[in-house]
Amino acid sequence: MTISFNDETFRDDYTFHNSPAAIRRFPFPFDQDSYMYSVNLEPHAGGREGTPFQKRFDVDEHYVAEMKDRAITLADDPLRCQSLPHMELAGWDFLELVMTSKAEDYPDLFTLNRDGDRWHWINRPLGIEQRFTFLDPTTLPCGPLEYITRQTQGDHALLDQRDDNLWMEAGMITSQADWSLDFDIGMNFYEWHAPVPRAHELGVFQRALKFLLALQQGAPSRRLNWTMTVNPRLDTSPENYHKWGPEKRTITPENVGSKQHLRVELQTLWRLPRSNAIAFPIRCYLLSLEDIVSQPKWGRRLHRVLRDLPDELAEYKGFAVNRPMIVDYLSRFDDGAPTSPGIFPD
Amino acid sequence: MNALELRVAAVDPISPLVTRFRFEHPEGATLPPFSGGAHVVVEMPDDGILRRNAYSLISDPLDGRAYEIAVRREDTGRGGSRFMHHRVKAGDMLRVTRPINLFSLDLRARKHVLIGGGIGITPFLAQLAQLTRLQAPFELHYAARTRSEAAGLSLLPDMPQVHVHISDEGNRMDLGAILGHQPLGTHVYTCGPEGLIAAVDDTAARLGWPRGALHSEAFLAPPPGTPFAVTLASGRRIEVGPHESLLEALEAAEVPVDWSCRGGACGRCETRVAACHGRIEHNDHWLTDDEKAAQTKIMPCVSRFAGETLTLDL
Amino acid sequence: MPRTAFTPSITSRPTYAPLRPHPAAPALMLADADGAEALMELAAADPALMARAHVIYIPAGAAHGPGLRALGSAMYHEAPSFAAATERFRKALTDARMGTQLYLAGTEGLIGQATAEALAAGLPADAIQAEHRGTIARRMQCVHCKGMTEDVTTDPFTCAHCGLVLFVRDHFSRRLGAFQGVCVDAETPGILPETQEIRA
Repeated sequence: MTISFNDETFRDDYTFHNSPAAIRRFPFPFDQDSYMYSVNLEPHAGGREGTPFQKRFDVDEHYVAEMKDRAITLADDPLRCQSLPHMELAGWDFLELVMTSKAEDYPDLFTLNRDGDRWHWINRPLGIEQRFTFLDPTTLPCGPLEYITRQTQGDHALLDQRDDNLWMEAGMITSQADWSLDFDIGMNFYEWHAPVPRAHELGVFQRALKFLLALQQGAPSRRLNWTMTVNPRLDTSPENYHKWGPEKRTITPENVGSKQHLRVELQTLWRLPRSNAIAFPIRCYLLSLEDIVSQPKWGRRLHRVLRDLPDELAEYKGFAVNRPMIVDYLSRFDDGAPTSPGIFPD
Repeated sequence: MNALELRVAAVDPISPLVTRFRFEHPEGATLPPFSGGAHVVVEMPDDGILRRNAYSLISDPLDGRAYEIAVRREDTGRGGSRFMHHRVKAGDMLRVTRPINLFSLDLRARKHVLIGGGIGITPFLAQLAQLTRLQAPFELHYAARTRSEAAGLSLLPDMPQVHVHISDEGNRMDLGAILGHQPLGTHVYTCGPEGLIAAVDDTAARLGWPRGALHSEAFLAPPPGTPFAVTLASGRRIEVGPHESLLEALEAAEVPVDWSCRGGACGRCETRVAACHGRIEHNDHWLTDDEKAAQTKIMPCVSRFAGETLTLDL
Repeated sequence: MPRTAFTPSITSRPTYAPLRPHPAAPALMLADADGAEALMELAAADPALMARAHVIYIPAGAAHGPGLRALGSAMYHEAPSFAAATERFRKALTDARMGTQLYLAGTEGLIGQATAEALAAGLPADAIQAEHRGTIARRMQCVHCKGMTEDVTTDPFTCAHCGLVLFVRDHFSRRLGAFQGVCVDAETPGILPETQEIRA
């Protein structure tokens, strides 16, 4: 296999790490030295060789470990994966999208043989081989959405479209930035974004929704979002906040470089054919501050972005309490030199 | 645009006015599946004018072997349907967009009631196939004044859930009876003449149905009209002919405008108006009444203009 | 007791408009405590409405029962609690046809639970009207243990199931009929903010 998968954990002893190649390909989210919400959508139609934008569903060195972590989370709380009954067809649509994309984009890792509705799926990294009948849920060990998202990095929400709105009515959410699928399932686009400050007044959601309602088959879109996470933890759910919350207060000037991570979500949006629903994969990438500053451009820029961010956004993103220490650490890597345009390292 | 090059596999007249076209992939590849109610936009190179008309897909959404549409000849229209009827032959290659659905089923529904009139039966044909496959409860009512006007009759399958109402035969559709006793969670879909859609809305409102359970295909062909001209931000003048839409005139002049349904329903081609001395003929279902009255936006796919000057923010 | 004026909040927080009679449609009405007054005002606005109405009332100590019964609805039932009324309410929803209007009046706990039941039965959201009357106490779900705590009037409050001390959010789930409660001292165990009365 072309990718060497890390043996690592996202909880307890936190052995997660990024190889030098993974650091260079990290989807750094800031294309300038400041940040405000915007409808930063662009076509998800490939990207620079080796970057997470190149393939439809990026598979990287963390794949096997992330899937193990998801299984642990689901065993503890099965409500992290839910699908309202009318969303099963969208689940099949999404399973087809992922299987066909991965088999074409990573033929050495995944194989899909189709004979009409009889499908044969091979996932080599996870050692899975499955024969099943497409659209027949009795031939899979679990529902189609759960089946495929136990084998696909990132969280995944399926959005039903009706009444000129999108309704989040199915999902696999185990690595979320502090929102609960179990609570939010059934909400429309404005409702599930209700807790986000400022963006409503800026009209960001109206514009984004209008764009998404017109999303077309075969023309997916993508955007980047970000937050900050202490320790490389995927499960920063509200459900377990009382368990991981104390870790947020363990940052010191000595450990901030290794413990504090920038958490980036590569969000893609796909119109699904049979159900007319939208699939919304939210792929999470983590990079520690000390790995970020290994790319001088990123170190300078992240310092300026976090230093100048409005308090309200730092509060909402949950790192206001640690911001002084983070900014102080990063300031040591910002010599004031100008940064080049774009997100990629120099 | 997100289009496929497809071969016309069959052209079947199914009534004096309606012809069915079947499209297949030239190399026999499987076509993308779709959802019932979806349409495609067919590109028609018509003597120097590139026409683009939207047609509902009538074939089984999960049958990837072909897409089928049914086209009613509109002799007073702009010419798209005449092109399809007179110029398109089996074996021709045409560009067809990927399916787009602005009239999809609400899959939460406990029951689906489909009400069609005239050529407005087309989106329901694919929905029938989808509902049958999903084993979802439904009933379909097809209404026409006379049997000869019931253009879609020969397209309808013979199923117990399909009810045909021909008023000249004393079998007029009774909307009060249809809507009066439906179980909670029923959704109603109407496609056909504006009068039919309004009648369903009125009856449903009288019986206390909430708006959210009512769906209609408010999709229209761009109407012909008197010629007019628009001015672009650059000062350039674009003439729009009587059988041409503003969108088609802009495309012919190579002015890029985003579009999707070309029927005034999806909002994709919404264009800002910089100055308007005259009256915009808003034919779309997208802008609100207030937006239409303000005359600061226009949907170039279906709307026209009468007056002195219309300057677009393009 | 008059209608409650709520402070502006986020878009997932429900808002309540005064009940308005819908002519000619069958009516299902559910109220608790002072919600009865809203139903009486509704009946006054359109006296013909009650002949098509099935009323379920949970007095919760209020004395409006006789007045409500006297409106002469087609069916009238008093229940000691929402739990006790649930099966009857479900049967009424099962028997209902499209066009039926659901009128809810009273506390947010009742409105939330009844709305969740009605949506699950297939009643469209826009066939439901709700008017708030009486206590502003909230029905809260603990995001950690998923237990519901009724009649929450303070922020923070203690989860009736797992005992965590929870912060009262305005984020509301129609499916669950509840607001979200989140551990208030997760990052600093044992350090709690001062307890306040929740705001309307």
